[in-house]
Amino acid sequence: MSAQIGITEAQIDMLGVAESFCREKSPMDKVRDQLTTELGYDENIWREMGDLGWLAIAIPEEFGGVGLSLTEVAPVAEQLGRYMLTTPFSSTTIAAQALIMGGADSLKSEILPLISAGQAATIALSEPNGDWELSNVETEAVRDGKDYRLNGKKTFVMDLLASNWVIISAILEGQIALFCVTTASIPRENIRRETLVDETKRGYELTMDGLIVGKETLLDLEQVSATLNHIHLVANLLGAAELTGGCQACIDYTVEYLKTRKQFGKLIGSFQALKHPTVDAFVDYQKSRSLLYAAAFSFAKQGEGEIATRMAKAQADKAMSFAADRSIQFHGGFGFTYDCDAQLYRRRAIFNASQYGDARYHKGKLADLLL
Amino acid sequence: MSAEVKEFAKDAEGWFAEHTPADPDFMLPLTFMEVGTDQQFEFLRDWQRKVYEAGYLGAAWPKVYGGGGLTQAHQDAATAAMRKHNAPIMFNTIGLGWAGPLILDIGTEAHKKKYIKGILNAEDVWCQGFSEPEHGSDLGNAQLKAVRDGDEYVLNGSKIWTTHGHYAKYMILLARTNQDAPNKYAGLSFFLSPMTVEGIETVKIRKLTGEHGFTQTFFTDARIPADGLMGKEGHGWKIAMQTLMYERNAKGGQAGGYSITEVNPLEILELARKAKRGGKPVLDDPVIREQLVDFMIDAQAFKLNGARAKLPPLNQDCPQAIPLMSKLIMTEYMREINQFALSLQGTKSGYYVGEENAIDDGYWHRGYLNAFSATIGGGTSQIQRNIIGEHALSLPKTR
Repeated sequence: MSAQIGITEAQIDMLGVAESFCREKSPMDKVRDQLTTELGYDENIWREMGDLGWLAIAIPEEFGGVGLSLTEVAPVAEQLGRYMLTTPFSSTTIAAQALIMGGADSLKSEILPLISAGQAATIALSEPNGDWELSNVETEAVRDGKDYRLNGKKTFVMDLLASNWVIISAILEGQIALFCVTTASIPRENIRRETLVDETKRGYELTMDGLIVGKETLLDLEQVSATLNHIHLVANLLGAAELTGGCQACIDYTVEYLKTRKQFGKLIGSFQALKHPTVDAFVDYQKSRSLLYAAAFSFAKQGEGEIATRMAKAQADKAMSFAADRSIQFHGGFGFTYDCDAQLYRRRAIFNASQYGDARYHKGKLADLLL
Repeated sequence: MSAEVKEFAKDAEGWFAEHTPADPDFMLPLTFMEVGTDQQFEFLRDWQRKVYEAGYLGAAWPKVYGGGGLTQAHQDAATAAMRKHNAPIMFNTIGLGWAGPLILDIGTEAHKKKYIKGILNAEDVWCQGFSEPEHGSDLGNAQLKAVRDGDEYVLNGSKIWTTHGHYAKYMILLARTNQDAPNKYAGLSFFLSPMTVEGIETVKIRKLTGEHGFTQTFFTDARIPADGLMGKEGHGWKIAMQTLMYERNAKGGQAGGYSITEVNPLEILELARKAKRGGKPVLDDPVIREQLVDFMIDAQAFKLNGARAKLPPLNQDCPQAIPLMSKLIMTEYMREINQFALSLQGTKSGYYVGEENAIDDGYWHRGYLNAFSATIGGGTSQIQRNIIGEHALSLPKTR
């Protein structure tokens, strides 16, 4: 395994720009304001992100993108996670990557320029079976004249109401097919908002119920397996980035309390029973960040990218889960309340572990790759 | 890497391929703290001299004092070549890694001329006199007394855990020159002290492994030259802290090479492949597999931390974090992976060094027990957590 982190100038620029943007736009009271809104995000901020070209970063220039790579996307996801600035950024990036990897040219040239300009898209792959393996699909597609008829149920369809397109997996004649469907064609009653542990996020259950989709929506059948694999790794890279950024914020939040709260006449941060686990969380976070930037750097490299990404997600899950768990505990009685931000961080960590595999899942995969 | 460094790296690579010695018929120390027999000492001293003479140690130190006069990139390439060929350690660590850089940074011209070359060619072995029997983690409370008398200081007291105490010609010494200072730190001074004067006596300490490795050092009216004082009287604490920064690899300037043989998770993999439970390889056990992957992630993260520490844009939030934590991470990793290696050995984990049926001659047992030298020495892991908490996270002081 090589142990390299390369940085690109564009990546460092993105890191700086994203940090100051997210810090300014997303103070914690704004985050909390969005917990109860229908879409879960501020549409003006989302529009600004589109105007800044953040959705276009890893889209090829021929489709209206900037032509960089996920190396430059990772720092944006990290800062969004750090400031809990929730938008359809991740779901849209994943959907765009799916199209780049597996879409027919006609789909790519129709949709990618619109995504580059800031329109949202998402994917519908998870099913009620709760399996992390994206190949475990029960939704069915059957031919219906020139079209296809879909039947089945999808879960954790993120930001579906905000999206113009949704990429749905279904079994077609014994193998998995992917359809990129216009959300306008889906009846509203087929969509139910799910109650998620992370209240900053919006996920939906999608019941296909005989949904008719045209054959032009079909992604390249030859590329489905590679595309699902790519989606899985992209989602984990972004998930790891969000977790790593969130972990940093969570530790900062805890440290601030340990530096101001007094008991027994002393600042509680001077007690080693609190100080040492906080340092352990910080050590885990630093490892997480190193693994994240290595994964971002080597993402496109055959084999190496997969190992680096799984390591990054496994470590990020471990780091933020521990940091947020201790954050609740170290805030004492306040930590047990809804008002304490520790719960937001803990819920975020639970949610990000729940999507595309937690630490143990990835370590199992790594064992098969490395041992 | 510049073309010149590439060329140097290639030469180093060739040199270590040709000259790295085969394992002798006795066990070599895995760390500089484990030099316990004359045989081991002679072997490592010869090896260090050879590496220095070939130009692969101290390559970045100034030529005028005995260094190679090249760049850190040259030395890093040489160190990488050593590692690649699994060469024995550079054992004169306290000179190469701590005293040497300190002397080059703040020593007088005379100090540099007198000490640097002997550190590099292993002619002069160095030891460190910081801890005392009653003052370990509370180093600032050190009590060994140094009283000025003309051109000399007279030393009385005792130091402990003196690695290489038995072989050393010089010691970096923390001593109390002022009993009435306003606080405990202000009374301390820092000396480059000879070990070969009358009144300094070393007594070997037997370690938990049963081997020898360091001494207790007694000072009874020992007279040392006053020109060994570093900085001024009362500056001892600050200089000791600077020395610890080199020791914990939180500050650069070391001569190069490595002083601890790293455990490669792949070696453990070999163990797990051979060990059987119910006739099946332990490597098939999902719990063992997960633990192995944990170690691989940790090893990779440690290396990547090193790579990231060299990229300032990725460290802006807390530039000193990675350097401050590397000692804690590495030493705890070594302890844990050695312990894990024992757990793979079934009944054979009950053997010890010297037993003919022991796996790898008891290498892992010795490694595990010796690993505590690093989690305790140089500031315990618990003290490291205080330091990281207070310096990197600005948490309130514990003391």
